[in-house]
Amino acid sequence: MTTLALRRGRTRQHSYWWYLVPMIIGTLAIVLVPFGMNVWYSLFQWKGGLAPMRWYGLGNYVDLLADAQFWQAFGNSVFMIVGIVVVPTLIGLVLAAMLFDHLGREFGPRVAATLRAMYYLPQILPIAVAGFVWSWVLATQNGLLNSVLAAFGNTSPPDWLGNPDIAILAVMLVLVWLQIGYPVVVFMAALQRVDPELYEAASLDGAGWWRRFTAITLPQIRPEVFVVVITATVGALKVFAPILILTGGGPEGSTVVPSYYSYRNFFELSKVGYGSAIATVMSIVIFVIAGVLMWLQRRDAEGKDA
Amino acid sequence: MSAVLSTTPETTTPDTARPGRPDGRHGPRRRKRGVTRWIVLAVAVAFALLMLAPLLLLVLNAFKSGADYSAHGPLSLPERFSTEAFQQYLSLVDYPRALVNSVVISGLVAVLGTALALVTSYGIGIGRIRGRTWILAVFLLATMLPQESLIYPLFYGAQATGTFNTVWSVVIVFTVLQAAFGTYLLSSVMSTIPQSLLEAAALDGAGRFRILWSVVFPVLRPTLSVLVVFFFVWTWNEFYIPLVLLTDQSAQTVPIALATLQGQNSINLTALNAGSLLSLLPTLVFFLVFQRTLSRGVTVGAVK
Repeated sequence: MTTLALRRGRTRQHSYWWYLVPMIIGTLAIVLVPFGMNVWYSLFQWKGGLAPMRWYGLGNYVDLLADAQFWQAFGNSVFMIVGIVVVPTLIGLVLAAMLFDHLGREFGPRVAATLRAMYYLPQILPIAVAGFVWSWVLATQNGLLNSVLAAFGNTSPPDWLGNPDIAILAVMLVLVWLQIGYPVVVFMAALQRVDPELYEAASLDGAGWWRRFTAITLPQIRPEVFVVVITATVGALKVFAPILILTGGGPEGSTVVPSYYSYRNFFELSKVGYGSAIATVMSIVIFVIAGVLMWLQRRDAEGKDA
Repeated sequence: MSAVLSTTPETTTPDTARPGRPDGRHGPRRRKRGVTRWIVLAVAVAFALLMLAPLLLLVLNAFKSGADYSAHGPLSLPERFSTEAFQQYLSLVDYPRALVNSVVISGLVAVLGTALALVTSYGIGIGRIRGRTWILAVFLLATMLPQESLIYPLFYGAQATGTFNTVWSVVIVFTVLQAAFGTYLLSSVMSTIPQSLLEAAALDGAGRFRILWSVVFPVLRPTLSVLVVFFFVWTWNEFYIPLVLLTDQSAQTVPIALATLQGQNSINLTALNAGSLLSLLPTLVFFLVFQRTLSRGVTVGAVK
C-alpha cells in the first residue's frame, strides 16, 4: 500500500529529475565541459590566448614519455604519498590509540580532546599561511630551524630547501605536519565504535599495549584506515600549493610534482597544450589508483561480512 | 564529539584509574604504571608543542620591529612590543577588503553548495532516479579531479563571462565542486531516512517539494550544518583556483593576498609574519567556535 501511494503520486507530480537540473548544468559548465576542453587542448601546440592552435595529435603525450622532468614529477609523487599517506597514517594510528586508549582514560577526555585539537590545527590553516611559516622555518639565513641548530653550536646547518638532495625530504616533513591531524581525528572517532569489553578481556588475558593495538585496534578500525588512505592518496597525487610556495619545484627540478609541472607549462612557459596533456595524464593516474584502492576497500568490506 | 568521549572513562578498570599508590603487594607494578602514564603524557604534549612551535614563533616575531629581527634573529624575545610589522602589512594589502571577499565567497559557497547538494541528492537518494549510480560516479570523479585539468578552460570561461577577477567566478566554481562532494555524501545519508516518514507525508497530501522542505531538510539538519562549516573552511583555504582567477587585489581572498606578497623580496619578514598572523586569525576563531562540528564532520565524511 505504501508503494502504491508513492507510485500514484508519480503520475501527477513532477519528475524527480527536476531536482537534478541545476547540478547537471553546473557540473557540465564547471567540470565536464572544461575537462573535455582540457583534453582537446592537449592535442595542440598552443601558446594560449589568441596565439594560433597547431594540431599536434598525440604528440604532446609522446613528448611526455621522453621528458625527464615529467618522470621526475611522478617519481616525486611517490615521496608525496610517503609524506601524506604512509607516515601520517602510521603516526596517526599510534597517536589516536595513545590519546584514546591511554591518555583519555588516565587523564580524562578533556586532555585527549585538547591534544587532538592541537594536532588538528594545521589541517585548518590556509595553505598560504602554512607555506609561508615553513619556508621561514626552513630558510637558510635566519631560518627558525637553523637558528635553533646554531644555538646548539652547529655552524654549518643544511640548506634545507636549497640542496637538491634534501629538499624533497624537507617538503615531506612539512606535508607530515600538515596532514597528521586528519588521521588522528578519524581514528579517534573510529575507536569509539570499538567495544571496550574487547580491551578489558585482552587486558585480563595479560595482553600488553602493543598486543592489544595489533590484535584489536587495527582490525576494528580497518574501514577508517581505508578511507584515510584513499582520500590521502588522492590528495598526495594532487599536491600543489606546498611545492609552489616552498620550492617552486626546485632546486634543479628536484621537488617538481605533476600538478606544479602542469601549472608551470600553463602559466610560466606558455605551453598550454603540453600542460593540458600533463593534467590529463594526472587525472587518469588518479582515477586508476583511486579505483584500485576503492576496489580493495570493497573487497575488504565484503570479506568481513562473509 | 567530546561529549561522546566523556562517557568513556567510566569503562576504566579501577586498577588503571588510580595508579601510582604504593600500597599492598602490587605496589611496584602500580608505581611503574604511574610513571608510564606521565611519560606517555609528556611525549604527547611534547609532540603537540613541537607541532605548534612554528606558529608560536610566528606570533612572537610578528610583534618585533624589522631592525630588531635582523639584529637578534627569530628566537629572541622582542626588544619592545612593536606593531610596525602590522602597519607595514596593512599598508601593502587591503586586508579589510580581502576579509570581506573571503567572507562573501566562503559564506555564499557554504550555503549555496549545501543547498545544491541537498536538492540534488533528494532526486538521487529519495527519488531514486534511473542511472543514479552513474550520476553519483560522475560526482565522485569530479571530487577527485585535479584542478589543473579544469583551470585553463575555467580561466577562459571566467574571462568570457566577465567574472574574471570578481568573487563570482570563484563562488560559482566552488559551489559546484563542493556540491559534488556534498551530493555524494548526502545521497547515502538520504537512504537512511525511514521510508514510513516520507510515506506519511505523502499520504497527508504533501508534494515532493514540500516533503523535501518540511521532512527531509529538518531530519538532515545536523549533517547539513556540518557540510556548511566544512565548505566554509575549505573554500576559505582554497589556493589554486583563486590564485589563477583572482589576480587583482580588489577581488583577492585573505590567503591569496598573503601569497602574492610573498614573492616580493622588498617586504620585511616581520611584515609577512604579521600578515600570516592576520590571515590565520579568522580560521583560528572559526576553528575554536566550531571545533565540535569540525571533529564530528571529519567523521561524517569518513564513516559514510
